[in-house]
Amino acid sequence: MRIFFYYFVFPGMLFSILLGIFASWFERKITARLQWRVGPPFLQPLYDVLKLFSKETVIPERGSEVVFIMSPIISFVVSVFVATLVGIAQFYPEIGFQGDLIVVVYFLTIPSLCIILGGASSSNPLASLGASREMKLVLSYEIIFWCSVAVVWIKTNGLLKLSNIIHFQTQTSPVIYSISGFIAFVLAFITALAKLGRVPFDIAEAETEITGGPYIDYSGALLGFFKLSQYVLLVAVPFLLCELFLGGVNVLKYIIILILIILVENTNPRLKITQFLWFAWIVLFPISLIAIILAIKGL
Amino acid sequence: MNRIKNITKSIWVFHFASGPCNNCDIEILDVLTPRFDVERFGIKLVGSVKHADAILVTGMLTRKGAPRLKELYEMAPKPVVVIAFGSCASSQGIFKPSYNRTVPVDEVVPVDVYIPGCPPRPEAIIDGIVKVIKKLRGEI
Repeated sequence: MRIFFYYFVFPGMLFSILLGIFASWFERKITARLQWRVGPPFLQPLYDVLKLFSKETVIPERGSEVVFIMSPIISFVVSVFVATLVGIAQFYPEIGFQGDLIVVVYFLTIPSLCIILGGASSSNPLASLGASREMKLVLSYEIIFWCSVAVVWIKTNGLLKLSNIIHFQTQTSPVIYSISGFIAFVLAFITALAKLGRVPFDIAEAETEITGGPYIDYSGALLGFFKLSQYVLLVAVPFLLCELFLGGVNVLKYIIILILIILVENTNPRLKITQFLWFAWIVLFPISLIAIILAIKGL
Repeated sequence: MNRIKNITKSIWVFHFASGPCNNCDIEILDVLTPRFDVERFGIKLVGSVKHADAILVTGMLTRKGAPRLKELYEMAPKPVVVIAFGSCASSQGIFKPSYNRTVPVDEVVPVDVYIPGCPPRPEAIIDGIVKVIKKLRGEI
């Protein structure tokens, strides 16, 4: 019974949806204030989701129906699972299991895979273009994220349980206070922007050029599930960054990471997909290898 | 009824331009600027008609545009609102005696709100939005 409570109520579904809706509203409000506008009313994302769930769902005639319907739901379920594991490590450190860090990092890929599947199954040329862009994004940023997680693994003497990593950092000092840890944090932050689909790397969605990319044929409740999984990831990914590099989550650290994401989002243009591939493989990947070597040297 | 009330708090608008002179389209961008910011009512422009709650039609319907407007209306997830924006979309405006006119918008799809003007001022647009919301809530 406790497991259902963890999944559906406290660190899981209800908590992460509500916090994610608040975070998304915060993001839109800060963006509006930076552009000298008033911005949306309080909890506007909640009204958006309620509206989406009360609308008709249109399924494209020529698409693959099962994949089209399943991919937003799988994306939502998996992102809630990630939020649960990440939340348990912070709030209930005695449960959790050995190696949950690996599970979390693997499962963080699945929402992107669902975007690829959903976009490719809708038989829309713009959606399949978005899906192929998302595929290239995943292939480029995933290895950098793994390398920055490996730096944490080396700095904490080979711990793979999230709650042990937090405990280790409270005993000694957070990973970010070392040179290799700082480099790894910056790399992980950049890949988090790409995972969340935020502006310098929102190449797959690209509202202004391919009008939403993979989401273009989604409507009603299915689009609502994609929105909800984005809100949940807006909680889970910053929480994971706090736990890996800053030694545990609290309100201040979460808001600082959120504000960093918003500021980067509002001061950068979108990259082209070729520029991102170049940036990831030629610039970031060698830096991540250097970070690993520095971590092995003990810096 | 409750389904319709949910829409009034976040209206996502799809902009369909069929042979406009671009005056109306520029005025639509005006209401997104800091001075008139309509995001404070939860309104935003979307790129796909599948996400839309309102289809905003500008310009005099052309022969290419009319069948596509009908197709887009059938594609859009219901309930959806259609707004005829500007004199041309409402009543064909100065192009009424033209040789290449087609039918007005309301003979192709059911129009809920007309916003007249050539082009309408941003204040008129916001007034039209308020009327849409009131109509959906059943206050008019």
